[in-house]
Amino acid sequence: MSARNRELLGLIPASLLVTAGFAAVFIQQGSEQLSDLSLTYGAIFLGLCVAAHVFLRIALPYADPYLFPLTAVLASFGLVVIYRIDDTLARQQAQWFVAGLLLFVATIVFLRDYRKLEQYRYLIAAGSLALLVLPRLPGIGAQVNGAYLGVRVPGVFVFQPTEFAKVGIVIFLASYLRDTRQLLVAGARRVAGVTLPPLKHFGPLLVIWGVAMLLLIVIRDLGSSLMFFGAFLAVLYVATSRVSFVVVGLALFGVGAWFLGTHVPHVTDRVDVWLDPFNAHRYPGVGYQIANSLFAQADGGLLGRGFGEAFLVLPGGNPLLPAPQTDLIYAVIVNELGLVGAVAVLTTYLLFVQRGFKIALLARDSFSTLLAVGLSAVFALQVFVIVGGVTNVIPLTGVTLPFISYGGSSLLANFVLLALLLLVSDRARRPA
Amino acid sequence: MSTPIMRLFGTIVVLFAILVFWTSRWSVLDAKDLRDNALNKRPLLAQLHVKRGAIKAGDGSVLARSVRRPDGTYGRTYPAGSLFGHPVGYAIVALNQLAGIERYRNDELSGQGDELGSLADQLQGKRQQGDAVVTTLDPAAQQIATDQLDTTGSPGAVVALDPRTGAVLVMASTPGYDPNSLNRPGVFRALNSADSGAPLLDRSTQSSYAPGSTFKVLTAAAAIDSGKYTPDSVINGDSPQVISGVPMANDLNESYGPITLTDAMTNSVNTVFGQIGESLGKQTMADYMRRFGFYRRPPLDYPADEMLASGERLNGKLLPVTSDQVDVGRMAIGQDKLAVTPMQMAMVVSAVANGGKLMAPHLADRIVDPDGRVVDRVEPRVASTPISQQTAEQVNQMMRTVVESGTGTAVALPGIEVAGKTGTAEIGTVGANLTQPSFVAFAPADNPRIAIAVTVERSQGGFGGTVAAPIARAVLESLLN
Repeated sequence: MSARNRELLGLIPASLLVTAGFAAVFIQQGSEQLSDLSLTYGAIFLGLCVAAHVFLRIALPYADPYLFPLTAVLASFGLVVIYRIDDTLARQQAQWFVAGLLLFVATIVFLRDYRKLEQYRYLIAAGSLALLVLPRLPGIGAQVNGAYLGVRVPGVFVFQPTEFAKVGIVIFLASYLRDTRQLLVAGARRVAGVTLPPLKHFGPLLVIWGVAMLLLIVIRDLGSSLMFFGAFLAVLYVATSRVSFVVVGLALFGVGAWFLGTHVPHVTDRVDVWLDPFNAHRYPGVGYQIANSLFAQADGGLLGRGFGEAFLVLPGGNPLLPAPQTDLIYAVIVNELGLVGAVAVLTTYLLFVQRGFKIALLARDSFSTLLAVGLSAVFALQVFVIVGGVTNVIPLTGVTLPFISYGGSSLLANFVLLALLLLVSDRARRPA
Repeated sequence: MSTPIMRLFGTIVVLFAILVFWTSRWSVLDAKDLRDNALNKRPLLAQLHVKRGAIKAGDGSVLARSVRRPDGTYGRTYPAGSLFGHPVGYAIVALNQLAGIERYRNDELSGQGDELGSLADQLQGKRQQGDAVVTTLDPAAQQIATDQLDTTGSPGAVVALDPRTGAVLVMASTPGYDPNSLNRPGVFRALNSADSGAPLLDRSTQSSYAPGSTFKVLTAAAAIDSGKYTPDSVINGDSPQVISGVPMANDLNESYGPITLTDAMTNSVNTVFGQIGESLGKQTMADYMRRFGFYRRPPLDYPADEMLASGERLNGKLLPVTSDQVDVGRMAIGQDKLAVTPMQMAMVVSAVANGGKLMAPHLADRIVDPDGRVVDRVEPRVASTPISQQTAEQVNQMMRTVVESGTGTAVALPGIEVAGKTGTAEIGTVGANLTQPSFVAFAPADNPRIAIAVTVERSQGGFGGTVAAPIARAVLESLLN
């Protein structure tokens, strides 16, 4: 069976999922409009996916056949969960989904030869850094929960530049390391028993990356900085095969994390709550979010309460679970679908990441490999940062769950990420 | 670059495995602890969506029911208002404030009894629904008890039991409160303040009083059952006499000369019972008090911390009868540091009425599921046998003479023989003339169906025979007709 036919077949479960999901929510709400409406939503979704698939058939015939259906499964699942939380948000998210598909198509059309991105690497790096600083600029920055995560576009939406910056920074890393990776290894010196890369070649990388990290700390987006840092180490490791670089990186990270965790009040709070999520004194304030995230998961158990059965609001209308459609959407999933549903979601992400790494293995040039590794790693780390935060593996920080959380910026940026992976894949698998 | 890529993917697989493990930890492994965490509002929210079962009186009238609100949650209403505020209690589910039967029977009322059944119901799409609790309470008698207590103008309590089964027929405490009012802000604090007379306090189980001469029923039972005395034993009834080193006087300092135990009971002769107390000794008195249920919370199906154990108390703590600080002679006439709940006094007379067998008191008669099936029935249970049947019969006879010709004539009912005992404990400073009038009784005396204890707080010079006995009479009359 050809790759594209496998992709088409893969879209069937996605459409079934969206139909069954909406049906379940309608049944729970005791709605009369069950039969046609859930089918209509399923049909529209299937239509959009098939359209994108036809486009891929023409534009990227050799691209990986599983990535797009996996994305469709995640996005349709996200739509159902958001619909269950708030139908107005779900309609907006559906519009963002359409916009995302258009951006996906545009990316593929305009970056047919994605390797020309390499020529613009410093421009891309500078642009990404500019994106990161935007939320702190007076007048347009928007502060949410003590972090400057968004740029307010009046009347339209709050734009989250880090989502796009993550793609840009990965492109820069991949491109820069393709050039210098051999120099980094050949010129490495052992200092006090630790192998360090030569500063001459490592310097520019360190500067760009350091500024990015600094900006993330300035805008207090710690979740994203963790994600960026991890992706940086991942690409560096694959480019150089040097574990020692990773060890040094992790050590630096440890020092940085310790400093932030003990000196910046906003971070200290989060660390305290992480260490003791059920502290009664902190519960009414900073501890409320994580404690209720864990309570929601406990309420779900093995099989969950069922779609639409979880408690999200208190009598009187105040939220029981804060930000259920964005930061804590994973807690809602565990609450309603249980451990089983959550493992299914994580498995879907892992399959997506696995396809990304497969593409990296198949790629025929270093830039393509490093780009695929970087994009896959940053995607996997985003899942780890938010799910790890919601389950208290690490302190909770606000990043989105890719393709599932509500949010236009996240959806658009991840569609660009998907488009790049498929572009690399098509080139790698194209018969010579 | 393929080896690092494989290793990197391996690392990510490990990270995801950590996520799976941590999710399992919260959702399955530690889930029970999290559900029980005091900060967790979800179990409460779930209960708000459960239709609690009704609480009903013995005649089937509804004392508490759940009403669906527009938002899908349920609110609780109490059709009887303040009448059953104390035994029924209240359930303000949103605040996790529960009391009384609402609290003791919460599992049944909220339908948490049967996990397997609720899972089957869930699969069928049935909403969780609680079972109803049918109590043994008698609304007409409860009304009369409450009205009668109200007319005294002082706080007080009435407990009436069926001595044959332990069924609680009346459990009244004044001042009362309306459980319907509790969900309004500020009401709780107002009701708990001293100015309002602390109406949330259930005086039948949570307040303990000096029982005064009503305690002579227990002293007489111990005296006869121990074999040291018979109803015909003759004892010196002069007044005053030195008991435990301090002179003790009879009412109006009346001297009776040599007098039988029965006559001493009829006329409530303090000096006789003081001597008996001294002669039986602390150990014997302690044994009999324990047998009647003292020094333990009553075995009632009611929240433990809403009940007080009766006995000698010093600074709020129970003091063993054998302690040096106990004046056994004065304890034998219901004074000293005795602190006894009306429920405990009702249990004492109930055991005498029931031939020496103390039946465990109970408020619930049966639990009925939403389909009308009886899922549980409270069977009568012998809590203890404090005295022999013969002793019980003899004390019974002595208590009859109290009503026929002694201090308790005010309780006499036409055509029904009543056995009773008055009590007028002196409280407060000497000369303040503050009393705690009490009355205990059972009827019909030859085949007792009702045992009752009445007490009124801080009466200005009132007597058990004049203040408490008429209340007992009215309640007995209602229950026996």
